[in-house]
Amino acid sequence: MEQVQPVPRNHSRLVIKLLLLVAGAFVFAFALVPLYNVLCEVTGFNGKTSAGFAAGGLKAGLAQAPASRVDTGRLIRVEFTGTVMPGLPWEMRPLKVSLDVHPGELQQISYLVRNTADRPITGQAVPSVTPGQAAQHFEKIECFCFDQQTLAPGEAQEMPLAFIVSPEVDRDITHITLSYAFFSIEGQRQTLSATAEAR
Amino acid sequence: MNTATTANGHANPHGDGHYSGLMRWLTTTNHKDIGTMYLTFSLIMFFVGGAMILAVRAELFAPGLQLMQPEFFNQLIGIHALVMIFAALMPAATGFANWMIPLMIGAPDMALPRLNNWGFWLLPPAAILLTMPFFLALFGIGDGALATGWTFYAPLSVQGGMGVDFAILAVHILGISSIMGSINIIVTIFNMRAPGMTMMKLPLFAWGWLITAFLLLATLPVLAGAVTMLLTDRHFGTHFFDAAGGGDPILFQHLFWFFGHPEVYILLLPVWGLMPHVLATFSRKPTYGYTAQVYAFIAIGLLSVVVWAHHFFTAGLPVPALIYFMFSTMAISIPLAVLFFCWIATMWKGSMSFETPMLFAVGFIVLFGIAGLTGLILADVAADAQYHHSYFVVAHFHYALFAGGIMGVMTGVYYWLPKWTGHMYSEKLGKLHFWLTVISFNLTFMPQFFLGLAGMPRRIPDYALQFAEFNAISTVGAMILGFSQLLFAWNIWSCVRGGPKAEARVWEGAEGLEWELSSPPPHHSWETQPVIK
Repeated sequence: MEQVQPVPRNHSRLVIKLLLLVAGAFVFAFALVPLYNVLCEVTGFNGKTSAGFAAGGLKAGLAQAPASRVDTGRLIRVEFTGTVMPGLPWEMRPLKVSLDVHPGELQQISYLVRNTADRPITGQAVPSVTPGQAAQHFEKIECFCFDQQTLAPGEAQEMPLAFIVSPEVDRDITHITLSYAFFSIEGQRQTLSATAEAR
Repeated sequence: MNTATTANGHANPHGDGHYSGLMRWLTTTNHKDIGTMYLTFSLIMFFVGGAMILAVRAELFAPGLQLMQPEFFNQLIGIHALVMIFAALMPAATGFANWMIPLMIGAPDMALPRLNNWGFWLLPPAAILLTMPFFLALFGIGDGALATGWTFYAPLSVQGGMGVDFAILAVHILGISSIMGSINIIVTIFNMRAPGMTMMKLPLFAWGWLITAFLLLATLPVLAGAVTMLLTDRHFGTHFFDAAGGGDPILFQHLFWFFGHPEVYILLLPVWGLMPHVLATFSRKPTYGYTAQVYAFIAIGLLSVVVWAHHFFTAGLPVPALIYFMFSTMAISIPLAVLFFCWIATMWKGSMSFETPMLFAVGFIVLFGIAGLTGLILADVAADAQYHHSYFVVAHFHYALFAGGIMGVMTGVYYWLPKWTGHMYSEKLGKLHFWLTVISFNLTFMPQFFLGLAGMPRRIPDYALQFAEFNAISTVGAMILGFSQLLFAWNIWSCVRGGPKAEARVWEGAEGLEWELSSPPPHHSWETQPVIK
């Protein structure tokens, strides 16, 4: 077999290109975080609710909800539920379990939230809407989940929520479930491990 | 960097380097030495991961808790998977690449020999990091190893003990090692081929590895990013996966499987590259459909990065996404079917003989076919709602990764062992090893399909009474499977120590540059490159 001396070649250029590919992939992983949030908000995937009215508050919301937009031709049952996450010694329940609403109609309900501990605690509620296809049409005008909530020891509070199911919601949707998860804000990690040890 | 090769080769053209004993292995930049170290490390970790899962199967022999607590059970299954994937299968494939790619493409060594040495020596510390929490727990430090399963799903992994941190750092180190290995292989294949060896004359094994290497470079950094986010969530107050802080646990599943699905093909592509060589050799015919196989490799590589969400169909994805991921997953079966037909057509009307490597290759085709067909069932969104997280999945991916991955690696070991050592292994022991492996493998995993169909969930140490018989059969199979691998180790060991001399062209029908060199090849080979016509 014919044989020749190998030609020495410089590998640096190719190595640098491949390292750039690696760096790009690493950055891509972090870029996926905001991309994922944007995608969920735009499409309602994963139950992320629309934040469209959050800035304007109740008055702006009312202006957005003229009577002409109300679709009295159909009723959608909205069900309310809530969970208090581990590490937060609170109780919560909706004052109404469900509500039949016309699309476009402004509705208000409240959750009753009580601090069972003997110290003031701050919590944050995170909403989720099922089915995901309805999430982008579920418009919260006022919500206790927009802000952190602080409860004094033993204090109970009615926390209000005003919302519109927009008339653009798909005609197949007859039921929507709104679920809140209440999280402790302060010293969250410590409380979690404390509960683990208490177990 | 290119001077390293020539400096190494020419400063010391005839010796084994400056050192002997342990220092030789610590400092070597020779691709054959490094390949040997990768393969040895892989074999050792294969038994470590195997021992863990035999303990698990022993616990599952009967309902109820007999041998261990659920916490320890959870640690064993997660570390078993990480050890088998990152410390047994991947290093075995990298060992093959180090040994064989330079020989096959007529290159004097790998392109970046010092990087190569570093890439290997990162592995033992990573393996120690993975398993150390088990031993620390014996001394009352920490609560044992990673107990979340190998997938690290948040929020469980955010709340877990220090075993999670050990596993995160181990994954970082293993990832860096694999990335260095991949860069080395790509540069070697692109820059160091013998004159006249065009890309479409490249041996299929090198093609399979080339696609693997690109997949590793594109997806391992995403896993590194995901576990970095996990680490900062655990210790530095970030909320990537914490809903309370505006994060999302499902995001972790997306990031993890963006790496995790290509990883399946990373494990299998080197084996698919190796198969045509073995089948052609023992059928005494040229490989059928070389070009089709190259394009199938590329197609599978591209498709593998766009199908990840089929691993969590039940996490609550919207219907359009489900449909997309279902059809894109099923589309992978088309290039895979091309490969299957090429393998079968290579054997068609050949004058076949069934030495041990050929037995393993044919066994691989049959059993890996079962993995593919059950994969199609799991890809169906409607069916997956029932099979998700059941033993059906466990059986499916063991058909893919044991019968596909590990039996594929064994094919390669038996095929090339005489080339590496210069001795023939014992054909009798090899055949016994094959039949014990293939029968006990099916005895272990075939019942798990039925357990899954009947509704037994994976990753639990205890189960309902109606699952008892199949679990008992599966455990008996696993014990035979595990202990018959000692034959494999013994056969390799005696082949390294001695045996009948192997010729340069070990197998009658073998074609390719690697068979032009003596067995074993000289320490420095192809210092003058062959010219391909």
